[in-house]
Amino acid sequence: MSDPGIVVIGAGQAGGWAARTLRDEGFEGGIVVIGEEPYPPYERPPLSKEVLLGKEPAESSYLWPEGSFGDLGIELRTGVEATSIERAEKTVVLSDGGTIAYDKLLIATGGRVRRLPIQGETLEGVHYLRGIDDSAAIRADLGEGAKLVVIGGGWIGLEVAAAARMLGADVVVVEALEQLCGRALTPDLATYLLDVHRGRGVDVRLGTTVEALTGESRVSGARLSGGETVPATAAVIGIGIVPNVELAEAAGLEVQNGIVVDALCRTSDPDIFAAGDVTNHPNGLLGRNIRLESWENAQNQGIAAAKAMLGGETPYCEIPWFWSDQYDVNIQLVGLPADIEETVTRGNRADGSFVEFYMKDGKIDGAAAIDNPRDIRFAKRLMQAEKTVDPAALADPSVKLQTLLRG
Amino acid sequence: MSDIEFHAVAKTADLDDGEAIQVIVGKKEIAIYNLEGTYYATDDICTHAYASLADGYIEGDSIECPLHGGCFDIKTGKALTPPVTEDLKVYEIKIDGEDILVGVPG
Repeated sequence: MSDPGIVVIGAGQAGGWAARTLRDEGFEGGIVVIGEEPYPPYERPPLSKEVLLGKEPAESSYLWPEGSFGDLGIELRTGVEATSIERAEKTVVLSDGGTIAYDKLLIATGGRVRRLPIQGETLEGVHYLRGIDDSAAIRADLGEGAKLVVIGGGWIGLEVAAAARMLGADVVVVEALEQLCGRALTPDLATYLLDVHRGRGVDVRLGTTVEALTGESRVSGARLSGGETVPATAAVIGIGIVPNVELAEAAGLEVQNGIVVDALCRTSDPDIFAAGDVTNHPNGLLGRNIRLESWENAQNQGIAAAKAMLGGETPYCEIPWFWSDQYDVNIQLVGLPADIEETVTRGNRADGSFVEFYMKDGKIDGAAAIDNPRDIRFAKRLMQAEKTVDPAALADPSVKLQTLLRG
Repeated sequence: MSDIEFHAVAKTADLDDGEAIQVIVGKKEIAIYNLEGTYYATDDICTHAYASLADGYIEGDSIECPLHGGCFDIKTGKALTPPVTEDLKVYEIKIDGEDILVGVPG
């Protein structure tokens, strides 16, 4: 048996980028990546956008062409699950009965969908969206005459709603809170997004829950909290994810809203690292611990973890950034603004292209943009530089943001 | 190479230092950049996903894609940071008076 090398549990965005980075950084030992799904590492954002719309095949979401890992001497074992981590022996036990020894281990197990335990949840035509197979199953239910009920007015729910409308389905979105994307958007911007969806013909019900999904073997309706039953030929539940911490927990690692890691992605065991959606990690720029469910964090923390596993000492610290595409509207957010003191708007909402800067102590604490990705990049730079900026200059489109960054 | 054709696509005054614009030559989207008074051209569409790099963020000699933040070297087209791994094509630029000409295979 060869010397144990690095084992990565999880073949998603974080695990995939970590494995690739280990090689890019010159690591020559063995690398084994374990993935439950039958696919090579892929990114999930297209699954609720281009892939769901049928504009791109599922393979377009692969991080690298199939076979790339083999070419890099990375062993990718798909369709198999890690069932336990034996820290004393430094081995990972697999669902197929195999055992793999590790010198260093990365846990990149991500998250799984949060289930909604209501009556009818397991009826045919009721979906969750996390993986390639889910996206394909939803798409198959969005044919001619489809009536889709989306439970949850967050990013996933709204992206699915948008894709379904673009494919011609009737769509009802049911959101328990009084606004869309309650964790991420200001009420004002949430209202803008609500108008976007209503303008495209989506029936959005705020402050409403689904009490049951009805139907014999296949879903035929959704009974709402007001008592009304809306007809449905399919339903998608998008109410968030739950971090897959069980392996780490069973192995005795510190877990608290995710696997607790430091800025070098180290868990409470010095030979075990973690990255991606599953980690609760410190963010020096924000001055607090966060757990992020984002594409960028999965990629960049995966890269950071790989470097740290090879002895790197650069702390992982970035300002969180998110995006969504709904219809032809691109939404981008930067930061996790809390206690907003002032909102500065640049651009014109009526034109459908603007940025809101959320100010705190004279600095930008976060920003959100509708169809203005470029200004978000400047906002991120201004935040990283911790620049004090004049709100009047930010609001003035004739003032180029470059000049604020240079000034 | 003789099969490169130069097309007047913009005026030098169209771009300030540190700015980029998209131009269309035939069916090809090309980004033109001004780096301290010198003009460069690359493919405009990111090699990772469909986004116009001309809407991106220029820092030094690199352009950051507005969609996912991948960076390319403007002068060489080289992919610099994830998620981009495939390089951009670069095109030759000529300046004729106020005109910016970009050389594209005919």
